[in-house]
Amino acid sequence: MMVQKLVVIGAGMASGRVLEHLFEDMPGAYDVTLFGAEPRGNYNRIMLSPVLSGEKTYEDIVTHDAGWYAAHHVTCRFGETITKIDRARKVVISAKAETPYDKLLIATGSAPFMIPIAGRDLPGVMPYRDLDDTNAMVAAASRPGARAVVIGGGLLGLEAAAGLRLRGMEVVVLHLMGHLMERQLDPAAGYLLQKDLERRGIKVHCKAQTKAILGNGHVEAVLLDDGTIYDADIVVMAVGIRPETRIATDAHLEVERGIVVSDQMVTSDPDILAVGECVQHNGQLFGLVAPLYDMAKVAAKTLTAEAAAFRPQQTSTKLKVTGVDLFSAGDFAEGDGREEIVFRDPSRGVYKRLVLQDNRLIGAVIYGDTADGNWFFGLIKDQTNIADMRETLIFGPSYQGGASTDPMAAVAALPPEAEICGCNGVCKGKITEAIAGGAITLDAVRAKTKASSSCGTCTGLVEQVLAVTLGDAYAASTVKPMCPCTDLAHEDVRRLIKTRALKSIPAVMQELGWKTSCGCHSCRPALNFYLLADWPLEYQDDRQSRFVNERNHANIQKDGTYSVVPRMWGGVTSARELRAIADAADKYDVPMVKVTGGQRIDLLGVKKEDLPAMWADLNAAGMVSGHAYSKGLRTVKTCVGTEFCRFGTQDSTGLGIKLEKLLWGSWTPHKVKLGVSGCPRNCAEATCKDVGVVCVDSGYEIGVAGAAGMEVKATELLAKVTTEAETIEIITAFIQLYRENARYLDRPWKWVAKVGLPWVQATVVEDSATRRALVERFDVSQSVYRKDPWTEHARPEERAAWAPLADLTLEAAE
Amino acid sequence: MTQAPSSWIDIGALSDIPLRGARVVRTQGGCIALFRTVGDQVFAIDDRCPHKGGPLSEGIVHGTRVTCPLHNLVLDLETGLALGEDAGSVATHPTRVEDGRIWLDAALLEKRSAA
Repeated sequence: MMVQKLVVIGAGMASGRVLEHLFEDMPGAYDVTLFGAEPRGNYNRIMLSPVLSGEKTYEDIVTHDAGWYAAHHVTCRFGETITKIDRARKVVISAKAETPYDKLLIATGSAPFMIPIAGRDLPGVMPYRDLDDTNAMVAAASRPGARAVVIGGGLLGLEAAAGLRLRGMEVVVLHLMGHLMERQLDPAAGYLLQKDLERRGIKVHCKAQTKAILGNGHVEAVLLDDGTIYDADIVVMAVGIRPETRIATDAHLEVERGIVVSDQMVTSDPDILAVGECVQHNGQLFGLVAPLYDMAKVAAKTLTAEAAAFRPQQTSTKLKVTGVDLFSAGDFAEGDGREEIVFRDPSRGVYKRLVLQDNRLIGAVIYGDTADGNWFFGLIKDQTNIADMRETLIFGPSYQGGASTDPMAAVAALPPEAEICGCNGVCKGKITEAIAGGAITLDAVRAKTKASSSCGTCTGLVEQVLAVTLGDAYAASTVKPMCPCTDLAHEDVRRLIKTRALKSIPAVMQELGWKTSCGCHSCRPALNFYLLADWPLEYQDDRQSRFVNERNHANIQKDGTYSVVPRMWGGVTSARELRAIADAADKYDVPMVKVTGGQRIDLLGVKKEDLPAMWADLNAAGMVSGHAYSKGLRTVKTCVGTEFCRFGTQDSTGLGIKLEKLLWGSWTPHKVKLGVSGCPRNCAEATCKDVGVVCVDSGYEIGVAGAAGMEVKATELLAKVTTEAETIEIITAFIQLYRENARYLDRPWKWVAKVGLPWVQATVVEDSATRRALVERFDVSQSVYRKDPWTEHARPEERAAWAPLADLTLEAAE
Repeated sequence: MTQAPSSWIDIGALSDIPLRGARVVRTQGGCIALFRTVGDQVFAIDDRCPHKGGPLSEGIVHGTRVTCPLHNLVLDLETGLALGEDAGSVATHPTRVEDGRIWLDAALLEKRSAA
């Protein structure tokens, strides 16, 4: 057989593997010429991260050295770029020469995607792709105190960040999405990863939209859309890759997103093959190494005229950061007919989630303890029927076979020394002893042994021990869980958010062992409130966890339209405001204008897409949102007081306006309405409000916990004081105490009934230090939340989001 | 499973829909709600709750479910069926997401005279 000429463009991992197979399958069949753009041969690109971190050297990761190429008579033309393929004459052309081929293999790989923003061409901005990039990063890290910003929180970006941090740099990771590695991880695992990285001193900023890279002659900083600026000596862009297909396109081969290849890795030209990240097979692109190696095997067979077909296999992902254990494989999206098994061990930082469909495992995300990852991966690849081991599947291979699946039997079988409560180190024997000693309720066991009194996630287990030990004598606890996503009650969740410093929804769900991956419509708004109330500066309000009215800053009506209520401070308005309201009502065809019970005006029947423009008009007349839709401060109803009324004893209108200007914008467990009456005739109906002040000659009577809804109830006297300043301080402290302690959707009257008025009085009236601390915390929170949401959403760049995404009725008419 | 449409129209970018949120597309036959789940799946269903016509696009999205903002009926985005004790269903429509763009069945342009 005549020796044929094989030309290979690209000396990376895919083509390297093709050559290995080729020389093994049929040595001497081809005379090979290898072109590579880098001035060096093939090395293990996926091991660049250990080189960056200093755990390996370049020499350690070389896969083919000069000796190997010589032994297989490969003509190496490294550093020489092929500029053109002439398919008619079957030659490839570089700046130096033309080289003829019988068969051509394109393995040009991919190019890093550089986001098109100002400053991306500055020296110091680099991708993370090859050895030269790695060396440049190592050089930058050698300067003391050097700072790096990594754009992209995917596999590559995080490996770069970890490597640079190990080299001693200050590192910030900017990630566009809500959690790290969103293609491989769900939010819960993303949260654990972020926590781990932050522990290593890497700052992570999610939802970060990069606006520009700043610098004069060299990169100096990165500017985000929200105005944040991070100083940087280097910026590493690791936001993605795109197939390098230019040479194939120029040669008029079939190219879509990648170079289109058949199952045999042949392009639209039968003499040209392609493998690696530059190809597209069945509409799919490839970026991980396993399928690339499969392609290489097939390409070698095709070159030696053997039958073979490429079938993409399931791939799994591991992050190569020493000490970070994560694993993901398969398809882990939720969906119809899919079930999930979630296991969380908050104390060890372990999260495992398996996705099942038709009794088969189709996806897995594991964080913290990945020892069983490959076993799960095997089940996914082999499509093993797991019906028989479903109950214990999540515990891995060592638990399979013979074990009982009844949780009660399993608890009964536990030896006395088995640990039940990890936080307090309480074993089963200690609990059964306590039960024998008379502790026959959960609370009693908790009091006696401390079991389940810290994180609370073992509560179910403790109850099972009680049930097994006492049999029918055990009456299960009546604690009502917050929702089906958890066994914990609202009060427990609030307490744990504070004591364990949980500052995000994924943090709460992970650390408290939520049973669902992203909660439900009942727990999400509650968690969002608890978090913003307890961590006003750190927590970022989650709009998607808010009920429609708070998300859209307007009350939804039964026909899907909204009502708009501008704030009227203390119920006082002016001719100018009324004119602006009338104009808005005309301009937006408002079907009903109504006076509310809270002394303001309601514009009903406004279309969602008109809201921002209407708000802008009302803003222009000096009005802000009345928060008529919020679990927050609604209105302060007043009478005219000493200003005009012949019976008035104090300036009730003035006090009402002061209170409203102080309290507006604050979020509370449920809505809060105030009233201030200027005399005991009580025209402002202050005695059935959440907080009501009745002015008298000698000062101010502050009542709280009134109701005039489904329940009707007069206020109870919280305090009687002589000055306006004291009145304001006590009311502010009361509102803050309510914000910090009440369960979500309890109005003040309900909450006060639970905690008792004497405790409230002791805290906000008698204890002046605590009162002042509450006021201080309220002020901190208001520094974030006392702002007009209308102004924010009426900005021109925000408005598109309020309109339909598309209007196909218009296109159809054309 | 719905039959795959013969032609698709590009509706907009995936990033136009907030994560765990929805946007509306107006069609001749009424509004369609496009949902984006936490796992970046996109579902299209009629934007009308089978209970009292509430705009489902304004509901809280959890997993592959949405809770109607008016009276808390929970619907499965994939099947359009009400969950739990409730009965009823809404029509679902095929979607496709590619390169960060969302595609809908082009037949929605003509289908159904104005409701």
